[in-house]
Amino acid sequence: MSPNHLLLRLLPGLLAVILALALSPAWAGESAGMALLESRCASCHNISGPAPATIHALWARKAPDLFYAGNKFRRTWLVSWLQHPVRIRPAGEFYADHVKPGPERDMVDESTLAPHMALGAADAKLAADALMTLRAHDDLIAKEHVPAGSISRSMGSLVFDKFLGCMACHRVKPDFGGLSGPELYTAGARLKPAFMASYIRSPQSWDPKIWMPNKHVSDTRIVQLVHYLQALSKGGSHE
Amino acid sequence: MNKKSLIFLGGLALWTLFPAAGHTSLAATAKDNYRTYCAQCHGLQGNGRGVNIRDMSVQPRNHTDASYMSQRSDEDLAKADRKGGLAIDKSVLMPPWGDTLSPAEIKDMVQYLRTLCHCTFNSQ
Ligand code: HEC
Ligand code: HEC
Ligand code: HEC
Repeated sequence: MSPNHLLLRLLPGLLAVILALALSPAWAGESAGMALLESRCASCHNISGPAPATIHALWARKAPDLFYAGNKFRRTWLVSWLQHPVRIRPAGEFYADHVKPGPERDMVDESTLAPHMALGAADAKLAADALMTLRAHDDLIAKEHVPAGSISRSMGSLVFDKFLGCMACHRVKPDFGGLSGPELYTAGARLKPAFMASYIRSPQSWDPKIWMPNKHVSDTRIVQLVHYLQALSKGGSHE
Repeated sequence: MNKKSLIFLGGLALWTLFPAAGHTSLAATAKDNYRTYCAQCHGLQGNGRGVNIRDMSVQPRNHTDASYMSQRSDEDLAKADRKGGLAIDKSVLMPPWGDTLSPAEIKDMVQYLRTLCHCTFNSQ
């Protein structure tokens, strides 16, 4: 074998080593991020799946599942929320454990809801990057296509409140709507549009036992709803 | 007959002998389903006063109200549960649960509603 040929044969291996060295800071970052999730988050959050398959597993869940976080969240939101967490689910998780009968109606028992831990800026970025790699449901996301567009607030709220009755469980302004589901006036900033579309289409595909019903919303309405939720989180008046 | 099909037939025989054992351990009871899916609007006590109701334009039905519930047949109640309010000319705020609860679970749910109202269907 000539020296030239030897070089040719070694070239791919050499290239691989150089590539690995160049990428190693990123790899190290990713595994440090995963280590952070394992050590500080996995006691409450499921980061490897699957979702609860029975009602009792659902009741036992301490926090929302994160094993498809990369399909669900916008990274910029994660980085900022993890540093300054605020409540998303007015009645926590599992809602019925944080609700008790009151004189007029069942009320959220605030004393049972603890604030979320906050991370420093560097850890928040590390955690967000690791979360964005958790994408167990690329299959569901691939089925969605939400064209860019807009809808008037009045038409949006007609669809959301009156035609489909989504307000029964979700708040679309800080003080209007139901309490058993996550607040949605911040959804546009928090969630990817394809996730919103897919979740509205079939909540059970994401979380088989969840207490959001499949309302068989049409494609047209799904796009309208996503545009409405995006508009709500852009601020301005919540009329 | 090969080994696999023998095992399969054996399993089948066991399953037909003890079908109930597998069933009860898997199926959620109607009471648990009610607490998970219905109580958010109809209330932990079934009185129509759930945590979600403050801003709802049509209030959820009080399932302990025997005079109303006795006018609804078991079929009416099952249809409302499965297909939601719109299917029975009522409010869209009552959701369809057909993709959440199995037909057997809906049947059990109707029986559970009868225990909440302490009533049966009375057509007059
Ligand atoms: C003590 C339990 C607990 C620990 C530990 C915990 N969380 Fe949470 N987390 C919760 C609960 C409960 C919620 C729901 C809060 C809400 O909806 O208001 C939540 C919500 C979240 C959300 C939003 C989820 C969604 O679907 O809306 C993210 C993202 C998150 N946590 C990330 C983390 C990360 C990253 C860590 C570790 C650094 C962590 N959490 C540690 C309990 C916990
Ligand atoms: C009976 C109550 C209920 C109704 C009605 C309902 N939802 Fe939900 N919704 C939920 C629950 C519960 C969740 C998931 C909570 C979780 O993951 O912890 C959810 C989640 C969502 C999410 C994802 C939010 C997030 O942060 O994870 C979107 C988007 C959404 N719903 C939109 C809708 C729309 C649009 C409608 C009307 C077509 C609707 N919902 C009707 C209870 C409801
Ligand atoms: C998002 C809120 C909501 C949830 C969750 C909900 N309901 Fe309802 N339900 C309503 C409302 C509102 C009405 C009243 C509809 C009307 O009178 O127009 C109603 C009415 C009913 C009725 C009366 C129908 C009739 O014939 O008049 C039955 C039965 C019923 N619900 C059963 C259930 C069951 C069972 C569940 C759980 C599997 C459930 N509901 C969950 C809101 C809800």
